[in-house]
Amino acid sequence: MNKVFNNAAEAIADITDGSTLMLGGFGLCGIPENCIAALVAKGIKNLTCISNNAGVDDFGIGLLLKQKQLKKMIASYVGENAEFEKQLLSGELDVELVPQGTLATRCMAAGYGMPAFFTPAGVGTEVAEGKETREFEGKPYLMEYAFDADFSLVKAWKGDTFGNLIYKETARNFNPLMAMAAKITIAEVEELVQPGELNPGEIHTPGIYVQRIFKGKKYEKRIEQRTVRN
Amino acid sequence: MLDKNQIAQRIAKELKDGYYVNLGIGIPTLVANYIPEGMNVILQSENGLLGMGPFPVSGKEDPDLINAGKQTITTIPGSVFFDSAMSFGMIRAGKIDLTVLGAMEVSEKGDIASWKIPGKMVKGMGGAMDLVASAKNIIVAMMHTNSNGYPKLLRKCTLPLTGINCIKKIVTDLAVLNVTEKGFQLVERAPGVSIEEIKNKTEGNLYYNGEVPEMKFN
Repeated sequence: MNKVFNNAAEAIADITDGSTLMLGGFGLCGIPENCIAALVAKGIKNLTCISNNAGVDDFGIGLLLKQKQLKKMIASYVGENAEFEKQLLSGELDVELVPQGTLATRCMAAGYGMPAFFTPAGVGTEVAEGKETREFEGKPYLMEYAFDADFSLVKAWKGDTFGNLIYKETARNFNPLMAMAAKITIAEVEELVQPGELNPGEIHTPGIYVQRIFKGKKYEKRIEQRTVRN
Repeated sequence: MLDKNQIAQRIAKELKDGYYVNLGIGIPTLVANYIPEGMNVILQSENGLLGMGPFPVSGKEDPDLINAGKQTITTIPGSVFFDSAMSFGMIRAGKIDLTVLGAMEVSEKGDIASWKIPGKMVKGMGGAMDLVASAKNIIVAMMHTNSNGYPKLLRKCTLPLTGINCIKKIVTDLAVLNVTEKGFQLVERAPGVSIEEIKNKTEGNLYYNGEVPEMKFN
């Protein structure tokens, strides 16, 4: 078993035009920077991306948008990206907006082997259009499906060569959920260690979900809203 | 008429010791500044944190530690991180005692619109649809009228909905209102604001029982 790759370019080498990708992160926090850079360099197109946000104009998924590499974006909040809004309003980009908890749970359901689940989020709104509704104890719920993605690109703080992962602080967000959810999960980590170096009780993602891992380089970790106390 | 900080200050009077609270972006975030001394209120940030602390001092910003508004924050003793599914799990399961969020429109039936202006602005709903669908106690914090002076408290929302029949209380720059079966019940006025003015700036059915006191700030 060898899950270790040298770099992002090698780890994503078989991602092709038209693939469905999950990308971890919330805003620019905990995004797979190295994998995104490699996708931009590779120039593949017609991608469907599942990610909570769409980055900003010049960082994160915004870099893929700028090169028009996306066919469809599935996200919950895209407010920070003018290029995104432009492509959306002009109809160039297909967009599915999903409530954040539903987005997270659709990832989780895939990783837990559950095809669908019921949630009250979106009942009575345009999110409910075309969806099966069922009442439980008098309250209506929407049926939502698990995602079906080809690749998950996630960012962890530490990982070992078996693919076990630990995330840092709020950079955890969607990463462990997406790590469970795709056919092939590619994890980039700040520190790559040997099996046994991570405390088994503190691991967030068991390596069984992770097919590829590499040590990322030069994390910029851009801050979107630098806010300090007076 | 209240400013944004005073709206937040009035909402803070609804807090109780031991509450787990989710504060949305904008005016709701300011509520954190008015948690009474000695009261234990735990703030949830739906990207995956319970126990949100104040903003960091300059130089101590941590890019891996942000709130749902993507602002740099800190933790407090007893803070805990979790993934986004668990975060919305605790929201959906009704564990959050109070949710405060902004809105573009609220209807007299308690419907809320807050995420989209067709053809103009599409930011997405983020976690708002999950929050309003499950929270047992939601307060909307907003201005009474929009930037064109048009009422935001309506008979029926005109914008795409975030949730239906879910808002129970609204605090605006002019008033505190409950949403009941009869519409908007005016319960408090901002200092110096008349019932007449509130009536004129509310499109949905507005009613009140007897005297409507002015809000008190201490």
